[in-house]
Amino acid sequence: MSIIENHQTDGEPFCDSPKLKARGVGVFYGDKQAIFDVSLDIGANEVIALIGPSGCGKSTFLRCLNRMNDTIDICRITGEILLDDEDIYAPKIDVVPLRARVGMVFQKPNPFPKTIFDNVAYGPRIHGLVNHRHELEEIVEQSLRRAGLWSEVKDRLDAPGTGLSGGQQQRLCIARTIAVDPEVILMDEPCSALDPIATARIEELIDELRDNYTIAIVTHSMQQAARVSQRTAYFHLGQLIEVNPTDLVFTKPQHALTEAYITGRFG
Amino acid sequence: MTFSILLLVIAVLFVIAYVSGARRARSLVTPGVTLNSLPGHYGSLVALWTCLPPLLLMLCWGVLETPVIDRLLAAQLPAEVQAEGGNRISLALSKVRNLAGGANVQADPELAPVVLHLKDLQSRNSMLSTTLVLALALAGFGFGLRRLAPALRARNEVESIVKVLLFCSSGVAVLTTVGILSSVLYEAWMFFGRVPVFDFLFGTTWSPQVALRADQSGSSGSFGAVPLFAGTLMISMIAMFIAVPIGLMSAIYLSEYATPRVRSYAKPALEVLAGIPTVVYGFFAALTVAPILKSLGADIGLEVSSESALAAGLVMGVMIIPFVSSLSDDVINAVPQALRDGSYGLGATQSETIRQVVIPAALPGIVGAVMLAVSRAIGETMIVAMAAGLAANLTANPLDSVTTVTVQIVTLLVGDQEFDSSKTLAAFALGLVLFLVTLILNYVALKVVQKYREQYD
Repeated sequence: MSIIENHQTDGEPFCDSPKLKARGVGVFYGDKQAIFDVSLDIGANEVIALIGPSGCGKSTFLRCLNRMNDTIDICRITGEILLDDEDIYAPKIDVVPLRARVGMVFQKPNPFPKTIFDNVAYGPRIHGLVNHRHELEEIVEQSLRRAGLWSEVKDRLDAPGTGLSGGQQQRLCIARTIAVDPEVILMDEPCSALDPIATARIEELIDELRDNYTIAIVTHSMQQAARVSQRTAYFHLGQLIEVNPTDLVFTKPQHALTEAYITGRFG
Repeated sequence: MTFSILLLVIAVLFVIAYVSGARRARSLVTPGVTLNSLPGHYGSLVALWTCLPPLLLMLCWGVLETPVIDRLLAAQLPAEVQAEGGNRISLALSKVRNLAGGANVQADPELAPVVLHLKDLQSRNSMLSTTLVLALALAGFGFGLRRLAPALRARNEVESIVKVLLFCSSGVAVLTTVGILSSVLYEAWMFFGRVPVFDFLFGTTWSPQVALRADQSGSSGSFGAVPLFAGTLMISMIAMFIAVPIGLMSAIYLSEYATPRVRSYAKPALEVLAGIPTVVYGFFAALTVAPILKSLGADIGLEVSSESALAAGLVMGVMIIPFVSSLSDDVINAVPQALRDGSYGLGATQSETIRQVVIPAALPGIVGAVMLAVSRAIGETMIVAMAAGLAANLTANPLDSVTTVTVQIVTLLVGDQEFDSSKTLAAFALGLVLFLVTLILNYVALKVVQKYREQYD
């Protein structure tokens, strides 16, 4: 497939009550451009799925939304990304509180080599969200409950987080993210390392979390995108090809490339 | 034929055997018949058959040669020498050997017949060994070639022979360790026969001077090693006090903050420190650092001895920095990026991430690095010998001169010594203690590092 020059995104990239607005975002790794002119709204309290073949830039785009790409030296970003109408790449923005507002869950579960309790308490502690031990305990319990892990670990909060199973570790990482009480949660293929049962559990969780958070999820599983998201954005070779309500994307894709991808002709 | 020429001949035979074995194997292939292994395997098998037996024979010959010839010669020695036995015989034999090697056989008429007999034996011995070795090589070559058949499992045989060779090579290292350890153990045992273990380990006076002759005035020596242990401990602690914080902080800078460009210059530069010979550090400590400390001390009214534990410890600390920093840098780098991302993703700053996630994750490896550095510090000799002095003071004052286990071993063994005096044997006892301590430290360090590896792979 050739790159379509100056492609205009098909469908409805914008929405009425956007939490995050990306406008003309381009990403360069050194001289190589990875993302071309992406404009997209992520609405408040919606789950948006970013799909596309490997290397299409969906993870890179996701990592721009809380400036995780800052840790990569050669990475350069153009265009603007607004969180509640504030440019997150503006010089006056401090990346630390930004990431507290826009949390991230990674592809591979990455619990810290600490106890389960300390894993969840890590965020509240570094941000000074609590003054007393009992407040902290409350936040940890709340977060673990909302991540659906409480009943499984409540008797062993002092056990190392690395000793949990893969699915439990991923839910621990979600609990850890929730504990900071972010506004947006970015998920980068959160289920790719998990079995179907753990995946189902996490998908349920995403659905519950939508009441309180805005969620952007990168996934390789089109069934997962169909199950958890309200809108779906299809990326192809660094370009945003199509954004539409999820049921529309999977039943009546607007663009030929989207159709080719979801019908499995490449990917 | 001399030994080296014989080896050369065997090497040539090896090549010939390989080539002809492989060629022969290829000639065995006929329509319908395939070789079990590649031709090269057949060649290797023939070559091994040709070379291994003669090499083994040469090894055994070399080991047995001298005792057998000695036996034969001893019988020829004058009767009065034989009657004295033991040392006298071996003395006479070494004299015979010297005479046989020199030109003037008649220098000692009494031994002359024995010398001639030795010369005769030596020439016959070399003839015999050369003939036997070559014959064995040719026989092996013929045997190997005859065995070649398409069904011969040459690859399996070659591989099992190679496996035995590999096993023997690793055995050499292990046996050397066992040999050194048992000799140290034996000598230490002899020492503890004269000086009680308790006195050695817990005595507080170290003065190893003993009378060399029976009529000499002198004490029987005092072998309380506590001042040495204390000195070693103090100097090592001073060294670690310097090396651990500086090494660790430089490791953190190099692995977390430095740009790749800075890192590519700074890391090798730091590792150059590890390449400086310790004797250079030693005179640096003795001639530069110690006088500076002495004059500094004088300025603030402290009496600093010109050979102080502090000077030696400081310089040793600098020497050890690269050990700590390089190893710690490696383990910090080995902490998965995913952990850092996880921490950044929660809004942690870089220093929070390093302090609360990276360092705890790397801690076992860092502990291992520090342990290795400690065992290095305890075993270090040259710096201490030059800068800390020889006086076995039992003191807690780092400005005083102290001495260490390693330095005392050196002074006990330098110069002409009787090999069975308590003084000499004491060196082995000290060596044993040193060996045990570093062994335990290394073992613990390796265990800790291993535990760390299991966590992330």
